[in-house]
Amino acid sequence: MDSEVAKKQVQEILDASGDGDARLVPILLAIQAKFGYLPQDAIKQVGEYLKISPGEIYSVASFYAHFKLKPIGKRHITVCRGTACHIRGAPQILEEISKVIGVKEGETSEDMEYTLETVACIGCCALAPALKINEAVHGNVTTRSARTMFTAIKKGEKRG
Amino acid sequence: MADLNLTIDGKQITVKPGSTVLDACKQAGIYIPTLCFHPDLTPYGACRLCIVEIEKMRGLPTACSTPVTEGMIVKTDTDQIKNFRRGVLELILTEHPHPCLTCWRRERCGPYDICLRNVDVTLRCVLCPKNKICELQEVTDFIGIDKVEFPYVYRNIPIDHENTSFERDYNLCIKCGRCIRVCQEIRGAAAIAWTMRGSEALPGTAFGISLKEADCQYCGACVDACPTGALMERDRRWEGEKEKQVLTTCPYCGVGCQLNLAIKDGKIMESVPARENDVNRGQACVKGRFGIKEVVHSPERLTTPLIKRNGKFEKATWDEALSLVSSKLGSYAKDATAVLSSAKTTNEDNYVAQKFTRVVLGNNNIDHCARLCHAPTVTGLAATFGSGAMTNSIREIGNAKCVFAIGTNTSESHPVIALEIKKAVDKGGKLIVGNPRGIRLTNFSDIWLRHAPGSDVPLLLGMCKVIVDEGLEDKEFINSRCENFDDLIGSLKNVKLDEVEKITGVPQETIKKAARMYATNKPATILYTMGITQHTTGTDNVMAIAYLAMLTGNLGKPSSGVNPLRGQNNVQGACDMGALPNVYPAYQSVTDAANKSKFEAAWGVKLSDKTGLTVTEMMDAAHEGKIKAMYIIGENPPISEPDANHAVAALRKLDFLVVQDIFMTETAQEADVVLPATTFAEKVGTFTNTERRVQMVRKAVEAVGESKPDWQITSLLAQKMGVKGFDYQNASEIMTEINQLAPSYGGITHARLETGGLQWPCPNADHPGTPILHTNQFTRGKGRFMPLTYKPPAELPDAAYPLTLTTGRSLYQYHTGTMTRKVKGLNDLLPENLAEINPADAAKLNVQNGEMVKVSSRRGHINAKVKITDVSPVGVVYMNFHFAESAANILTIAAIDPVAKIPEFKVCAIKIEKI
Repeated sequence: MDSEVAKKQVQEILDASGDGDARLVPILLAIQAKFGYLPQDAIKQVGEYLKISPGEIYSVASFYAHFKLKPIGKRHITVCRGTACHIRGAPQILEEISKVIGVKEGETSEDMEYTLETVACIGCCALAPALKINEAVHGNVTTRSARTMFTAIKKGEKRG
Repeated sequence: MADLNLTIDGKQITVKPGSTVLDACKQAGIYIPTLCFHPDLTPYGACRLCIVEIEKMRGLPTACSTPVTEGMIVKTDTDQIKNFRRGVLELILTEHPHPCLTCWRRERCGPYDICLRNVDVTLRCVLCPKNKICELQEVTDFIGIDKVEFPYVYRNIPIDHENTSFERDYNLCIKCGRCIRVCQEIRGAAAIAWTMRGSEALPGTAFGISLKEADCQYCGACVDACPTGALMERDRRWEGEKEKQVLTTCPYCGVGCQLNLAIKDGKIMESVPARENDVNRGQACVKGRFGIKEVVHSPERLTTPLIKRNGKFEKATWDEALSLVSSKLGSYAKDATAVLSSAKTTNEDNYVAQKFTRVVLGNNNIDHCARLCHAPTVTGLAATFGSGAMTNSIREIGNAKCVFAIGTNTSESHPVIALEIKKAVDKGGKLIVGNPRGIRLTNFSDIWLRHAPGSDVPLLLGMCKVIVDEGLEDKEFINSRCENFDDLIGSLKNVKLDEVEKITGVPQETIKKAARMYATNKPATILYTMGITQHTTGTDNVMAIAYLAMLTGNLGKPSSGVNPLRGQNNVQGACDMGALPNVYPAYQSVTDAANKSKFEAAWGVKLSDKTGLTVTEMMDAAHEGKIKAMYIIGENPPISEPDANHAVAALRKLDFLVVQDIFMTETAQEADVVLPATTFAEKVGTFTNTERRVQMVRKAVEAVGESKPDWQITSLLAQKMGVKGFDYQNASEIMTEINQLAPSYGGITHARLETGGLQWPCPNADHPGTPILHTNQFTRGKGRFMPLTYKPPAELPDAAYPLTLTTGRSLYQYHTGTMTRKVKGLNDLLPENLAEINPADAAKLNVQNGEMVKVSSRRGHINAKVKITDVSPVGVVYMNFHFAESAANILTIAAIDPVAKIPEFKVCAIKIEKI
């Protein structure tokens, strides 16, 4: 991305952040919503604006699992490994997806297409085992349906 | 509030209100194990080792964070506490290699012994640089632990060797957070912070970038705070325990930090800032912390006298060298000789040097580098207040409600004073910064006045005008303590804010806001340095500052005042000792007949009543052949003088030059005879810091080679020339003579200084010293206002030389680099001169970052690398003057202030060309 454009976008977020002390986390959330992660330059820019060191911002950002410090793929896949999903086969599903898209858990594919992660619970245990692709929730997944789904996605990606 | 009583383990203790239980235990002599506690930091209560039992309190509170209340009953050694501590420590030890920590043989085990338990080399205490000086060992030994039940996994993080000053080995980190807290709370740098969470948490930089990118200032405060071997000074890593420790005063800047030099085998191992004092309280900067031992023990030190024969230096004996110097110096007419004394040497050295000039050479041609830094402070403040020095003390700055820092890059030049400014801001005080450049202080200032170089008088008068117009002045103070107020009113009539805006480039509204902020937040203190003084209008600038303070009554009260921060470690002392052409010690004028007869009686000779030459005048006189011989002690004019080419030419014109220094400086190379002096670590004496505090310099190591203390060399020379009154046995005897002749030093003896510094005026042996000047009346009686008008700098940019050059000092180097450029760590941090230039100017000149360019003025040219930065305003180029190979002073102009005779280092016109 053009660094000047990114700088302007971050500045817009900063300008809209209002006054007061408890602004850092909302600002970081907004930046992540925009870029998908927290770019190093953006953290520096936030630091200059709020007059706190980038180190302290990084300290906050790296504390929360929600904040991503590296760019994530176009498709952010989160497999639930909560109790219900675990019992109904989440580990096998994770393994299957990993095989199909060729990305290990916690990693991002080199072409920046996929990021594969697990979360403790996505809050739909009735649909266990469940997974999310970006914001879309898929319930009652089986290893077979997962394979079909991701093979299709992969094919579509090739075609597209 | 009354003192509080409590019982600890059955012992009755009385403590001061505000004490914690830990303080009380310490007072009672009871050891409480701690790891996250650090006396300079706010209590953290994280390591849980200092837990105690307190009656009527639930659970086990931590001693470090529990304040004492009346009648508390505390127990520190019950079985419950012991069990709990053991459990906590066991968990802490899962973060740190511990096979040796829990081994009973550790005391007996040497680094080369074979471990019967097959402990890995990386895990062994005996191979850790902190062995025997480790807090974790102390705590483990006290609590007594012989086994850790939990699994331990070595972190296997590569050791960080990035900087040459200290190393970071986070495999040894126990996550006490002291390094992070000292960096954030005290230093305000926050280069390091906690990263990640839970078991992965460790101190580190954002994204793991290097410390340099994280804006680390390498002060080493984290190193001193670390309880384990995780952060260690690099050269000191394998040195082991120290043999002894000597408390002395730092030889770099005017802050006068107290340092503990750790000595082993006759060498300095490290210099650690001392805590128990009112100056630096456990803090130092990179130069004092990491830049001392390499200077003292440098292989380049001068070890024997040298005589130049056929253009080459040859080793000589002291007798030969002194005989030659004495016969030469004695052969010239009285007014044809001159002495440059040094602001780096002790008060005793300076006293002897000025006595030598006046008694042996028979003239007053003595000066030193104060001429090039704070001469306008002396002239300007002497005219308004009656004495030119900091009116208040360093430790008061932290309590100011408003700090106005103008013309000072405090965090670079006086790093430890910058910590006080930060403290004031943390306590809710306001900070106004006046500086053309975007220095570190502007990061946390409330108002930044970015005025054009050389426009200080209009800016300050503009502020005065706003204060008077809006009725914010302290009328009572002006009426009772000052005189000639109408003169200022008269000057202000000619000040128009829109004109001020045009000259300074600062918007009117900002000036108004700053004036209101300064006038309404009391006490307010003004700090200034070279940005104010190094101008042809230096004296006017200083007076304008004094007016601002007098107008608002910010004088004679704690945390207020006008505070010139002195540059060199002993520039205050060198002035006090009379190493100036117009005054005897303690500013007693040489033209005053009473003073002259007093000193004639004391020294037993006839003295000259003619004011001598200043540094700049000496150089001119040498150039014209009026001065034939010079004796230069620890000064380096070819780098420090403005229009440096002229200074070198002047030195070459001399018939005879003798230089006394610790290194073969650029000046020494021009000399006929070079005399080797000792460094501060090899002699006894006193330095007077910027707040007028006289502090001891103690001998830590033996003098290298045949080098001698400066006072001794000068005295031997005087004796050789057959003059009486120079037979001093030690520095203390010289101080006794100073006590008798300098009234403000009357009660300052070495014996009294042993227990801590004393601030002059201290007229007699019972006087406690004076932290605040002008409390009841000004030194001259009443504070005097005088008319002021704006005069532009001597050389403004024009078509041929379109840019303005301003010069200064970096945190990482010191002055002409004689000392700091011998230190590898410092050279790594700032290896070369950079021409800092605004992006707009860089685009116009079509130069890139890091490109070598030719910088020239009407006086000469140098080559330097470009650094493109917003710190420099448009049209202004900044350079440091430390570097001989690219000496910024070749460019600067020798135009001088008519009163103070200070050259205008801060403004000259230059051009930049591509090479």
